[in-house]
Amino acid sequence: MPITYTSQEQVEVYRFSAPAAILIPLVALFLQAFLPLRLHFFSLFDLPLLVVIFFAVARRSQVSGLVTGSLIGLLQDSLTHQPIGIYGIANTVVGFGASSLGAKLDVENVGARFLVTLFFYAVHEVVYFTVARGLVKLTLQWSWGHEIGGALINAATAAVLFTLLDRFKQRA
Amino acid sequence: MSRYRNVTILVAILFVQVLGLAVQVKRRSGADESTRIIRLWTVSAVTPLEKALVWCQNGLGSIWNNYVYLRGVRQENRELKFEIERLRLEQVRLSDDAQQARRLQALLSFKETYIAKTVAAQVIGSSGSEQSRSVYIDKGTSAGVDKDMAVITADGLVGRVLRAYGSSAQVLLINDQSSGVGVILDKSRLQGVIKGTASGEVVLEKVMTDEQVTPGERIVTSGGDLIFPKGVTVGTVMKVTPGADLFLNIRVKPSANLSRLEEVLVITKKEDRAPAVAETNSVRAVDILTQRLPSVPDKPPAAVSQPPAPVTPAPTPKVLIALPKPRSEAGVNNSAASSAAATAMKPATGHKPAAADKPASEQPAKLAAGKPAGRVASKPVVAAPGSSAVPSKPGPSQPGTAEDKPH
Repeated sequence: MPITYTSQEQVEVYRFSAPAAILIPLVALFLQAFLPLRLHFFSLFDLPLLVVIFFAVARRSQVSGLVTGSLIGLLQDSLTHQPIGIYGIANTVVGFGASSLGAKLDVENVGARFLVTLFFYAVHEVVYFTVARGLVKLTLQWSWGHEIGGALINAATAAVLFTLLDRFKQRA
Repeated sequence: MSRYRNVTILVAILFVQVLGLAVQVKRRSGADESTRIIRLWTVSAVTPLEKALVWCQNGLGSIWNNYVYLRGVRQENRELKFEIERLRLEQVRLSDDAQQARRLQALLSFKETYIAKTVAAQVIGSSGSEQSRSVYIDKGTSAGVDKDMAVITADGLVGRVLRAYGSSAQVLLINDQSSGVGVILDKSRLQGVIKGTASGEVVLEKVMTDEQVTPGERIVTSGGDLIFPKGVTVGTVMKVTPGADLFLNIRVKPSANLSRLEEVLVITKKEDRAPAVAETNSVRAVDILTQRLPSVPDKPPAAVSQPPAPVTPAPTPKVLIALPKPRSEAGVNNSAASSAAATAMKPATGHKPAAADKPASEQPAKLAAGKPAGRVASKPVVAAPGSSAVPSKPGPSQPGTAEDKPH
């Protein structure tokens, strides 16, 4: 099984350079806004969420994870026409959860990354729908097929994307 | 205390965001202003890159389309020329109908909203969320785009401007669930409201179950919402099912392809005005046919006193008109062609043939049907002064000779 329990001392903590920490989320946001116009199926992807999970798991710091999730979520919100905070709350929870998990488990290999993303995509969707329906009173339709398909596609993408983003990691 | 530090920060950040959401939901109208700076920063960070990519994409596409991929252009050009001619004849008939409608509207003191000015814009980005169906365009307040302006394409309605920034604007599409457009069914004249669903479909609401709505019926804007001008095509009825309540469930297929938008028009100015009833210089079918006929190019006035000039090739026509089919193939309408020839001579001779006096609608039906008329090739036809019509092939009596001059 790829996921292994690791003691606190064995887990490596990474950090990122300032340009990488700023540009990677911005590029993810840009691609998320630009590509669905040309490739309609791309709306299934959630690149900002994948970036949140990647940073949170790599840094293994809960505060850092939730702040990253919060900021990226708020930026994602500001591109939509809906009230700002829905993606913010969902990504904050995911950032906190992913960094907590990253501190306990070794999630460096492909299989672990696939499962972690699958799980946190589901968490993200549940929190998003709860906030959107409960607080903002948006009329959203929950579709199991759509959500499962989205989770699998995003998890598969994460397995590839995280390998590419590993190049930006620096040992803390 | 340090044990709970991280959880405390999480709760604090979540609380702040929930509070912010609550404020925005509470002050729905003023929420836009309170979050404007955050939105402006994000849009300013993302849209320049999107603009640059769209620009590069258009440039590469232009090189490919204009220089590399030219296969079949000649054939297409021929077909388009025939299409232009057919449409011009059709236009003559329609303009006559339109003039009649304008006269009737003027009699009733009818005022209508016209699209006075539009701004063309390129779609550069989307919201990136399936729950928010909106796009960004590359024109903003600096180009005259403002909030609540209607956005259309040649196919139909797209949406309205939700937020306008300096050099970009956010457009809410008609398939978003927070969108609403007042519409009217083209044939049955029933009024309703077009809305989007959570899955991105478009539905027509507020039509009672006892009304008759047939699939395929066209839907146009009613103008009642004071945002969209009246008469813009929205879509067609796809499916009608009885609803649970008093209203029908009507699914609509939008005319504009909302998932593949590239260029749009923003209606920046609308005008309320009564239709003009003044006589317009409408083109008649015979005038169009005249341009097909061979004629003599204009001669300079000095040429009268001078000896005949050597024969020169005809100048290039200013208006491209497709050549008619050969007489043997075309259903020759000699009377129309004769009238056209006579009309072409009118300014020179001062004679006005009776057939040419008739309005376009009274011309033989073959004209409107787009059938090309034959030429009167045996008679030399002289172009009216200023006419752009020239012969495509020189006839037996060549232009430029003294005997061809009108007397």
